[in-house]
Amino acid sequence: MYDFQYHKPATIADAVKLLAADPEARPVSGGMTLLPALKHRLNKPTSLIDLSGIAELRGVRREGDAIVIGGMTTHYEVATHPQILAAIPALARMAATIGDTQVRNRGTIGGSLANNDPAADYPAAALALRATIITDRRRIPADEFFLGMFTTALEADELVTGISFPIPEKAGYAKLRNPASRYSMTGVFVAKGPHGVGVGVNGAGPCAFRQAEMEAALSANWSVDAVANVKQSPDDLNSDIHGSAAYRANLVTVMAKRAVADAG
Amino acid sequence: MPQVSLTVNGKSHTVDVEGRTLLVEVLREKLRLTGTHVGCDTSQCGACVVHIGENSVKSCTILAVQADGAQITTIEGIAAADGTLHPMQEAFREYHALQCGFCTPGMVMSAIDLVKKHPSGLSEQEIREGLEGNICRCTGYHNIVKAIAAAADVMNGKRTELARAAE
Repeated sequence: MYDFQYHKPATIADAVKLLAADPEARPVSGGMTLLPALKHRLNKPTSLIDLSGIAELRGVRREGDAIVIGGMTTHYEVATHPQILAAIPALARMAATIGDTQVRNRGTIGGSLANNDPAADYPAAALALRATIITDRRRIPADEFFLGMFTTALEADELVTGISFPIPEKAGYAKLRNPASRYSMTGVFVAKGPHGVGVGVNGAGPCAFRQAEMEAALSANWSVDAVANVKQSPDDLNSDIHGSAAYRANLVTVMAKRAVADAG
Repeated sequence: MPQVSLTVNGKSHTVDVEGRTLLVEVLREKLRLTGTHVGCDTSQCGACVVHIGENSVKSCTILAVQADGAQITTIEGIAAADGTLHPMQEAFREYHALQCGFCTPGMVMSAIDLVKKHPSGLSEQEIREGLEGNICRCTGYHNIVKAIAAAADVMNGKRTELARAAE
């Protein structure tokens, strides 16, 4: 790992100021993705801006008909928080499948959203639940946030401070894990919420996406059978040593069926 | 050069580090607490697991500067002052939950966190899933799972002795 300067600001404003002053600075939350990347010298920041000292980024609260989760909330906290378990249990169950216990004790929802790994779990939930990503300067609908592989609508010095999930009537999640890495080969999050039915897919393509045909089918008839006959096109899906695009396309249908069953 | 203050196994330390120095490097190389192992150095194998506060974490994927001010417990810090083993250590001994022993410190530290977060008890499946972040390359999981189940009963007050029933 190359060396770097280290800063631990106490406020969002100070963190943004540090990031704006140095285009080569990088924020770090749990560091569960960034530190391995630094070890591989895939990234060479001049300084790391540690967000763990910022109290404003912590906490879970209910705001009207939504659950708002602070960016520095760990996966373990999402998986076990009573308000999330009560309002969006599928989201808590999803968080309980990220990495392993030790990773969940460090990794954060804000870091995962900002990183936008194609196999990350949360983006599919954010899309399906029509979440809004909250930053230090604006609110970005999930549909406009995830732009491509490891690419989001965030500006270079912009920080995810939280995410607001409208509380759904029902939601479910299913994924197939790679047996070795345990990353999602394909995961599908389904939700029936105040803004309609949402189906979010992760792991299958270079970026999480919504499956419009499945959304239409579930809107007409919320059932496992409704998605069973919807075929995902393999065009633009990932193809690698772990599985072909056609295999992943088939998994979208299989995981969608399991996710609807999970939602009940 | 940054300086960090850590409380490790109840003892305060202040050490000079680089920004990039890993917590496990401070523990092993500066404090000479070599019970915490480095296996994969990619946060997969769990040989480096320690506790920060109440939570088990992988010390190969945390910078020392991120742990500034933290209360850290390593494998060297869990036995009683008089040398009496922690129930989890005793169970690993009693059930022979090790073969080469390399993964053992991380297994014990993860297992203690797992049991503490399930005070009402753990099923065998919960124990196996709870060990997802720890790899035993001897594949000696069978006795590890048995040891954790027995230690959980002692830690949760369901039984006082670890002695194995006739099996």
